Amino acid sequence: MNTELMGVIFTYLLTLAIAIPLGRYIAKVFKGEKTWLDFLAPLDRFIFRFSGIDTKREMNWKQHLLALLTINSVWLIYAFVCLMAQGHLPLNPDANPGQSADTAFNTAISFLVNCNLQHYSGESGATYFTQHFVFMFLHFVSAATGIAALVVVFRAMKDKVADKLGNFWEYFVKSITRVLLPISFVIAVIFAFNGMTTSYAGKDTFISMQGDTVHVSRGPVAPLVAIKHLGTNGGGWFGANSAHPIENPNYLTNTVELVAQCVIPIALVFALGFYLNKKKFSYVIFGVMTLGMLMLLIPTMNAELQGNPAIAKMGISQPTGAMEGKEVRFGPANSAYWSIMTTIISTGSVNSMHDSAMPVSGTMMMLGMMINCFYGGCGVGFLNFYIFIIVAVFISGLMVGRTPEFLGRKIEAREMKIASLIALLHPFIILVGLAISSYVAVNVAGADWAVKPSAWLNNPGTHGFSEMLYEYTSSAANNGSGFEGLGDGNIFWNYTTGIVMILGRFLPIIGPLAIAGLLANKKYIPESAGTLKSDTSTFGLMIFAVIVIIAALSFFPSLALGPIAEHFSLK
Amino acid sequence: MKTYLLPSIKLTLILIVLTAGIYPLAIAGIGKFTPGKGDGETITYKGRVVGYANIGQKFTKDEYFWGRPSAVDYNAAGSGGSNKGPSNPDYLKQVEGRIDDFMKHNPGVTRSQIPAELVTASGSGLDPDLSPAGAKVQVARVAKVRGLSADAVNKLVDEHTEGPWLGLFGPAKVNVLKLNVALDGLKK
Repeated sequence: MNTELMGVIFTYLLTLAIAIPLGRYIAKVFKGEKTWLDFLAPLDRFIFRFSGIDTKREMNWKQHLLALLTINSVWLIYAFVCLMAQGHLPLNPDANPGQSADTAFNTAISFLVNCNLQHYSGESGATYFTQHFVFMFLHFVSAATGIAALVVVFRAMKDKVADKLGNFWEYFVKSITRVLLPISFVIAVIFAFNGMTTSYAGKDTFISMQGDTVHVSRGPVAPLVAIKHLGTNGGGWFGANSAHPIENPNYLTNTVELVAQCVIPIALVFALGFYLNKKKFSYVIFGVMTLGMLMLLIPTMNAELQGNPAIAKMGISQPTGAMEGKEVRFGPANSAYWSIMTTIISTGSVNSMHDSAMPVSGTMMMLGMMINCFYGGCGVGFLNFYIFIIVAVFISGLMVGRTPEFLGRKIEAREMKIASLIALLHPFIILVGLAISSYVAVNVAGADWAVKPSAWLNNPGTHGFSEMLYEYTSSAANNGSGFEGLGDGNIFWNYTTGIVMILGRFLPIIGPLAIAGLLANKKYIPESAGTLKSDTSTFGLMIFAVIVIIAALSFFPSLALGPIAEHFSLK
Repeated sequence: MKTYLLPSIKLTLILIVLTAGIYPLAIAGIGKFTPGKGDGETITYKGRVVGYANIGQKFTKDEYFWGRPSAVDYNAAGSGGSNKGPSNPDYLKQVEGRIDDFMKHNPGVTRSQIPAELVTASGSGLDPDLSPAGAKVQVARVAKVRGLSADAVNKLVDEHTEGPWLGLFGPAKVNVLKLNVALDGLKK
């Protein structure tokens, strides 16, 4: 086996080796049990006292939601104002200007919702102030929002909790002080010693070997890149994201970045088992997610390692695989693995340019985001999965002719309505956006925007269509990666994707929270011989089937017009 | 909502101080003890900074090893790939052009000896590396222009080849800038 494949396997196994103990630790933190980071308790107490928060006050699901939405609104306004004003704010050594209203609208939402679509380039479109005080801050708090929402659902799955679902602020703050911040710190130190810059110095200039004058963008990159991955955010410092040699200098940093982005979503699945004392249930979920991951990963690896057939026809050798848009120090195998992990996990950081990937890989990346729950983003990945569990329970119930129950509570019409709406919302916002943009690209081609619709697409034919499909899929899944050839820095894309992002974030948080809250208030029915067992592989397969049917049926036509058609045209 | 507004604002303020103030300042402090002192590691030749170790730069002269094609022309003030799709006819024409150009400057090289990275643009536009094969295929040209023996140049490439991480994981690579600096330092 060659070293490139070994690197991929090692990275995944290392992720699991860290995720399992981390899951146990996270469960302990939120159960309120003793952990070795308890020496930070005074910090928590200081934060709560300063903010006037009483963590003893238990909240019901509606109060949780209200707290979540209120603080998110505060961040949205704060981010928007900072981005517009960044040209006049401190920490701007490269004298970059403020963002336009539509760009700031898009950027503020995209970081608020853990998407990080980035319709600007970090080198020129942001300042050190906004990189840290807006983006990095939102990296932390958006990830913590997802984790806190998930902990509410965990709590609601317990017996006899009813309206006592804990305190939102406590879950939220502990996600930062006990999980995200300490781990980010360790990661950032590793990065600093491996060539990532940490100082606040502005652009540098040097004369190259051949006598060219070169300007080099840099900045305090390491702390941001640590949380960008750990929080499954993905919004990078530089335009090229983690393909940039400062943002990802070598194979070691690449491995750390890969592990960091996958580790919390996977740990949270195990945390569920430890939290509810239902380890087998979490293994079933982990199994379904891993099966899904492999079904997307293997075709992608295969396509990338074989290389581009059109280039092979020119007689060029592709010993490692397709190299357009990829970096030598990572190689195609690792880039293929990254591109699947970053799309299923909703990070959206890239170490290769997805636009230049093979059509099969593009299909798999988009499917990863269309399904959006194989591991999924920090907290929200499991929330999406929860919807599919509810649907699977309901369908299984109908198949055997019993009232569907999940963990001792009856699933009735109201919960099913919410679950169906959330499951269908995702294809709805993606495909409606795609339809509108396709119409505009053809019929309003000359509109006087920053980028004219006729110039949106960087590639002709089916691949151009894929660029638009990818953009909305990425927005709705709060992923943030892109087929970056798309000319998205204009009023149309900024506003439409902004709206898609905000719907794609908050409705899939509200839905599962509501279902879990409603279920928690129902009468607990003890398990009997007729109860549907949720911790069996049969039920796992049922969930998998539901996911495949919902995703495949909704998205197959659009995929067929885009990457699938391109695949068959490429010889 | 009002019950939650004031705590939200205060909590936001204190978390901004913690996550965007204290945390990166601590990392910047630790960064002072790293090889590049947190500013990025530079390469010096004859007492002059000629580049950053991690950032690729443009080499077009025959006497130097060339790096990969770059969509941003190695302008490190920005970064980015070509974002051309694999089936794009204009893109494929461009690749053909690069192959022709490479073969013109490297007579005697056959197409099958050219590894893909020499005719495709990198993701960042600043890729500092080549595969060992990508450097080896240029040895004959560089040796001839400089009047060196091919063996001496080959040896230099081998010396600058970094193996996989820990000898086990990932690809081998050659840092083009370091190789070219060493090349200039060779005595004829």
